Amino acid sequence: MTTDETKQIDPKQIEQFLTFELANEVYGVEILKVQEIRGWEAVRVIPNAPSFIKGVLNLRGSVIPIVDLRERFSLEHCDYTHKTVVIVLCIKHHRTDTFVMGIVADAVSDVLDIKTSEIKKAPNFGSQLDTRYMRGMHVYKQNMIMLLDVDKLLNPDEVDDMDAISDLADAAEF
Amino acid sequence: MSIDMSQFHQVFFEECFEGLEAMESGLLSLDIGDIDSEVINTIFRAAHSIKGGSGTFGFTVVAGYTHIMETLLDEMRDGRRQVTKPAVDVLLGSVDCLREMLTSIQNEEDVNAASVAKHQTALEAELNGTAGGGEHSVPAHEFAPAPAPVVTAPSIIEEQPEEDEIDEEQGWKISFCPYLNLLQTGNDPVRLFRELSKLGELTSNVNIQDIPPFSELEPEECNISWELKLVSGVLEAEVREIFSFVEDDCALEFAPLAKPKKVKKPKPAPVIIEEVKVAPPVAESAPPPVVSAAKKPPVEADASKNAPKASSSIRVDTDKIDTLINMVGEVVITQSMLGLIGENFSMDKVGQLKRGLAQLERHTRDLQQSVMNIRMLPISFVFSRFPRLVHDISTKLDKKITLKLVGENTEVDKAVVELINDPLVHLIRNSLDHGIEMPADRIAAGKPEMGTIELKAYHRGGHIVIEIVDDGRGLDKNKLLSKAIEKGLVEESVIMSEKQIFELIFMPGFSTAEQLTDISGRGVGMDVVRRNIQSLGGNIDIISELGKGTTIAIHLPLTLAILDGQSVAVGDETYIVPLVSIIESINITEKMLNKVAGKGETFKLRNEYLPIIRMREIFNVKSGAATKSNEGVIVVVEGQGALCGFLVDELLGQQQVVIKSLEANYRRVEGVSGATILGDGSVALILDVPGLVRLSVR
Repeated sequence: MTTDETKQIDPKQIEQFLTFELANEVYGVEILKVQEIRGWEAVRVIPNAPSFIKGVLNLRGSVIPIVDLRERFSLEHCDYTHKTVVIVLCIKHHRTDTFVMGIVADAVSDVLDIKTSEIKKAPNFGSQLDTRYMRGMHVYKQNMIMLLDVDKLLNPDEVDDMDAISDLADAAEF
Repeated sequence: MSIDMSQFHQVFFEECFEGLEAMESGLLSLDIGDIDSEVINTIFRAAHSIKGGSGTFGFTVVAGYTHIMETLLDEMRDGRRQVTKPAVDVLLGSVDCLREMLTSIQNEEDVNAASVAKHQTALEAELNGTAGGGEHSVPAHEFAPAPAPVVTAPSIIEEQPEEDEIDEEQGWKISFCPYLNLLQTGNDPVRLFRELSKLGELTSNVNIQDIPPFSELEPEECNISWELKLVSGVLEAEVREIFSFVEDDCALEFAPLAKPKKVKKPKPAPVIIEEVKVAPPVAESAPPPVVSAAKKPPVEADASKNAPKASSSIRVDTDKIDTLINMVGEVVITQSMLGLIGENFSMDKVGQLKRGLAQLERHTRDLQQSVMNIRMLPISFVFSRFPRLVHDISTKLDKKITLKLVGENTEVDKAVVELINDPLVHLIRNSLDHGIEMPADRIAAGKPEMGTIELKAYHRGGHIVIEIVDDGRGLDKNKLLSKAIEKGLVEESVIMSEKQIFELIFMPGFSTAEQLTDISGRGVGMDVVRRNIQSLGGNIDIISELGKGTTIAIHLPLTLAILDGQSVAVGDETYIVPLVSIIESINITEKMLNKVAGKGETFKLRNEYLPIIRMREIFNVKSGAATKSNEGVIVVVEGQGALCGFLVDELLGQQQVVIKSLEANYRRVEGVSGATILGDGSVALILDVPGLVRLSVR
């Protein structure tokens, strides 16, 4: 659906994306979704939650869940260091306006201006790989950047079936 | 007209609803035969204020309607009219009708003209039918809803009967005589006329008699006046609005071109008794023009419509506000004292600092208490509507029932007040319909003819308990069980305790009523009731004795925002156990636990075997390697009416915690009722004791 939307938008329109690294690959999220960027700090584990939900932390009085994208995309695990960051995102949700969630990334890299026309639709990987959570792809300095659709990726309704998500990260190999 | 009245509407509506409640409770307490004139006065005063208020705000339909009620009440007050049961019933119906009207106006919806007309005719019939004195009983149709010209509130317009065809000559005759200074204030009549002509066909007659001779003519003075004729179906208010800027600078008169036809005259039809779902039988004449097929019972309608509005504001006792202001003053003083110490601090001031901090802590706690108090409302907010419900339903069922209210001043959290209403209505209806027997059956059973339902509220521990006690027929265990087996809800071979059998009525789709009535008996509801109460963090118990009666007890937490908690450690994790559910805590060693059938573990506590839930296992805690695996603490808790032990590593401390929702940004987690933030800024999860017990059974 997002790809349909992009067609309708003026192709010259420029969108800003925050890019971050995850297992040596670069991902991007719309900057308007980003609320803040924090250093990693210990979280409180939620019992019996899927493994990619690292836990919850206190963000100025509200309790927000933290999602580890490495686990979410079935990438190899890596220890959190002082460079590890948490990107706090505002997720739109159809029922109750917004959710606030954090995602763990290895490092934040850059803010890029990307023309809407330069966002390429993610190729179809068939059943191997679910591309529903991808907004599209963009090539920047010969690097492939995967632009994520966080509203779909972090939809709390889908937390349950998120376990079954095939590895989006494989797409980066292309 | 120049003041925006709409800013006062909310207050007006609140006052009206209060007035209606006063009228309702007054009417219900009227004892036919022995009339307390003070009660009638109260009712009369309430009606009078509603009439006055609605007149001021331009809700003429309401004002007109209340006027009839007032006339009736006035005659009763003066003793010129007997207070009869039918009259009281008609007045009660009118209270419902007024409430409906006001709710519609409040929600900016159309007033249900049909229902108003029906109640009005009933009221008029009552007024005319047995009018005592005669000289004061004015022909009813004079009070029929005021004809179009005076209706000013836009929301009531549609209330005008559709049959009232728009007269071709409908419109306004406006006489517009500007004062001399009109032009000096920058107003231009031409603009006004241009605006008017947008509303419809405008013809004007200029009156130039007053123009002085040319030599005396002052060009800045306006000596002309106009007679305008506007042919249009617009309202006076709309026309007036155009003139609103010049209102003070001219003499303005409005007259409708042609009077719309008289709205509707009550036809002297035979009085028939019409069955309204919950409302008392209302005498009604001449069927209303539109029969509203889907008319909701008034009680329900008002409950559902009022609910969202009610949450917008809260009435607080001034005493509570004063206490709060005092507290804030104290906190500010303590804060400035501490600031002073901090400004030039030296080590010898440590004692002073500590005292200050202790004071601050006490004040903060008091402040917190007072703020929480503001959210506390007496449960009478909920209870007050039940006398009416009982009155209506018992009349309908031909049963004789009194309702006793006990502990109406018990205070509960506002959120609880709002959410407990529907479950209670359901339970009371059940008691009325299934619990209390018909008078004849009662006498046969050797009970007083008059059935009693008692609604009690009181505090116990950290809970509020609401009990609904009836002295009806009670629950029949065998009947319940056979019904459950018949419906396939339980296996025939299963042996159940009395308590478990009673719990069956909370199963979806379970009803023992032989006959479905529109009051209850469809078997939907009790499961919803229980779910609602559980979602409030409470539980519901039934005690019943066949032939003697049934007691339904609802236990609810006092507040939903703060709780006293015991923090416990499991590995590296900290959890909060609500203090109210803790019975005791015991230090144990591994050896003291017994395995049952190799799986479940129990602990022998005095003479009972306590099932043990290992928090580490149920929550899959891997951190903090279980070094002291052979030692631990059992926290004995009560959940779902049964005792159970949580095995944790150690107890940390007690504290008040502010409940934060996990669902706000995540979703429900089983076994966890919420989260809170500890003193060090980290998050701790609050355990949902009944939920954990359920989880462990699975």
